[in-house]
Amino acid sequence: MNEDLNMLEQTALNDYKYGFVTDIDTDIIPKGLNEAVVELISKKKNEPEWMLNWRLKAYAHWLKMEEPTWPNVKYPPINYQDIIYYAAPKKKEQLNSLDEVDPELLRTFEKLGISLNEQKRLTGVAVDVVMDSVSIATSFKEQLAEIGVIFCSISEAIQKHPDLVKKYLGSVVPMTDNYFSALNSAVFTDGSFCYIPKGVRCPMELSTYFRINAENSGQFERTLIIAEEESYVSYLEGCTAPMRDENQLHAAVVELVAMKKAEIKYSTVQNWYPGDKDGQGGIYNFVTKRGMCQGDHSKISWTQVETGSAITWKYPSVILKGDHSIGEFYSVAFTNHHQQADTGTKMIHLGKNTRSRIVSKGISAGQSQNSYRGLVRAAKGATNARNYSQCDSLLLGDKCGAHTFPYIEVKNKTAIVEHEATTSKIGEDQLFYCRQRGIDAETAVALIVNGFAKEVMNQLPMEFAIEAQKLLAISMEGSVG
Amino acid sequence: MLSIKNIHANIEGKEILKGINLDIKAGEVHAIMGPNGSGKSTLASVLAGREEYEVTEGEVTFLEKDLLELSTEDRAREGLFLAFQYPVEIPGVSTTNFIKAAVNEKRKYQGEEPLDAVAFLKMMKQKMALVEIDQSLLSRSINEGFSGGEKKRNEVFQMAMLEPKLAILDETDSGLDIDALRIVANGINKLRNENRAILLITHYQRLLDYIQPDFVHVLYNGKIVKSGTKELALELEERGYDFITDEADLAASL
Repeated sequence: MNEDLNMLEQTALNDYKYGFVTDIDTDIIPKGLNEAVVELISKKKNEPEWMLNWRLKAYAHWLKMEEPTWPNVKYPPINYQDIIYYAAPKKKEQLNSLDEVDPELLRTFEKLGISLNEQKRLTGVAVDVVMDSVSIATSFKEQLAEIGVIFCSISEAIQKHPDLVKKYLGSVVPMTDNYFSALNSAVFTDGSFCYIPKGVRCPMELSTYFRINAENSGQFERTLIIAEEESYVSYLEGCTAPMRDENQLHAAVVELVAMKKAEIKYSTVQNWYPGDKDGQGGIYNFVTKRGMCQGDHSKISWTQVETGSAITWKYPSVILKGDHSIGEFYSVAFTNHHQQADTGTKMIHLGKNTRSRIVSKGISAGQSQNSYRGLVRAAKGATNARNYSQCDSLLLGDKCGAHTFPYIEVKNKTAIVEHEATTSKIGEDQLFYCRQRGIDAETAVALIVNGFAKEVMNQLPMEFAIEAQKLLAISMEGSVG
Repeated sequence: MLSIKNIHANIEGKEILKGINLDIKAGEVHAIMGPNGSGKSTLASVLAGREEYEVTEGEVTFLEKDLLELSTEDRAREGLFLAFQYPVEIPGVSTTNFIKAAVNEKRKYQGEEPLDAVAFLKMMKQKMALVEIDQSLLSRSINEGFSGGEKKRNEVFQMAMLEPKLAILDETDSGLDIDALRIVANGINKLRNENRAILLITHYQRLLDYIQPDFVHVLYNGKIVKSGTKELALELEERGYDFITDEADLAASL
């Protein structure tokens, strides 16, 4: 018995030691970006030469590019030489108990219904060995390996599955695509890799949640998901728990490839630090997400619930190359205080009989600005392409703004593109009706907003949807008169 | 239960209520009648706590509490219910979820545990039968695309679910055909009991054919100018409002 106990203690100690070692190992390279830095990142990650060359090529491109100014957002110029581009995963400050954690954060956890153990994990409180979620993640991995699904970090994939990475990395979002994708291609430090073999229906939602536990993903994340013929995968990105992050600029790239009759469902809940009530601080989230419906009858569906970040600039898009392929985009973007969001999608119809559907729900409160920007393009060969877009905006108060920028380019006469847009305000009548039934104003607003966003929320996997709903309610706190 | 003393109320600086006095005891049904623009709906709004109205004078006691000191939601949680003349649509919010939120807010206020899904559904089934409302209506977004009759029936259903001490029904009969009126009135009659007071606001006497009031008051130009029993309503039906309003105008001019 005593021996067993010792074993347990030993294990706990080992885990801790392991963490500690990583900490010692943390070496931060100096601020700034140049070729040597790109080489250093590649070397630190033990990458093969082809990977280094790819990065260097991206870097060379980036130097020639200019930061885009067309988004409807304002921020001071970013000094790219003032950023640290490589730091080994930082160990969170180890706390002894939840008493040492910011009470505001704990209150949020409580509202989200996050278990005590989970709260400890997220805030960096030392946890006992029994609940260690790494073991859960490991058992998931084993289960996935049995059916041939590869789910690992992109760094691991570069080492273990170089052929797949070589073939698909940059195939959907070329390094030259835009300023931030070029930057990401040069300096990305980690991210996720998924490969679903032919005919496999992935039996569980793949969630970054488990992966990030083990490794911090850093500010330039790179994700690559490949679904072979007749396969299916549902991927969840993000975590509804508030993530504290010191990196201000996030420029991720996500690439999805769906082969014949394959389906990829990608759901995101983004809840990064939006800055304080006066607009100080907060994350700049400049992301390039794109999916390629490569094969006939393939389908890619993006669902996003965005409540965080000071500035959001992202357009999860689908290239509908295969005939009869389907692209979908469901989005809820909530902005409060001084947040700015310029988000939407691009549906590029290339194949015949391709269909796309866009449902965007923007909710603005405080002094925030919320823009929908979307492009629907039907190329010459896109016979019988169909698109339906619906963009609804809801305003809370009279100091915020909602904007819609739909772009439509149709080069095939048989294509049909429909666009509907509405803007509404939460009415005094609605609030009074709720309050007369005993529902206070704050709860009433949450109810009305969730009703407004329901069509998109319904697209999320069940558990995620419930959390996202609570998250919306929390983000809205203080946005009512 | 409810005691209104000399209430004066303004909206946008215009005085609508000019000194209303009314006492309602538990178990009683009072009807307030009057021509258009007499202040009937304003009285309902002031009692429910609509913020656009400013009470400039007078006091209201509800169950020994100063009603005007309570927030709109607390008035509701204390047991004051208003059936709206024009129920509001809230897209995407199912009627069931809305009512569940309301019921549980009230329970929380009264220090009770929230109802779980099973208990709530059981309660709902029971009350649905009472007011003859269809299940399919309750899974739709609240009031969205409802017909006039469906909206009013939904109001009475909410009244049944929230079990108020005082129910104010603001022109619940307006816009209803005779069948819908009968169903709605039947529902209200079933909710009548010795612990509950009901204040009916109506323009027409026909509602009172179905719901027999204990007292009838005539509101005119922001004041109650005549009170009586249900016979007063019949008299009004026969002679129109003029016989009272002329009298009131004459009195005012003297």
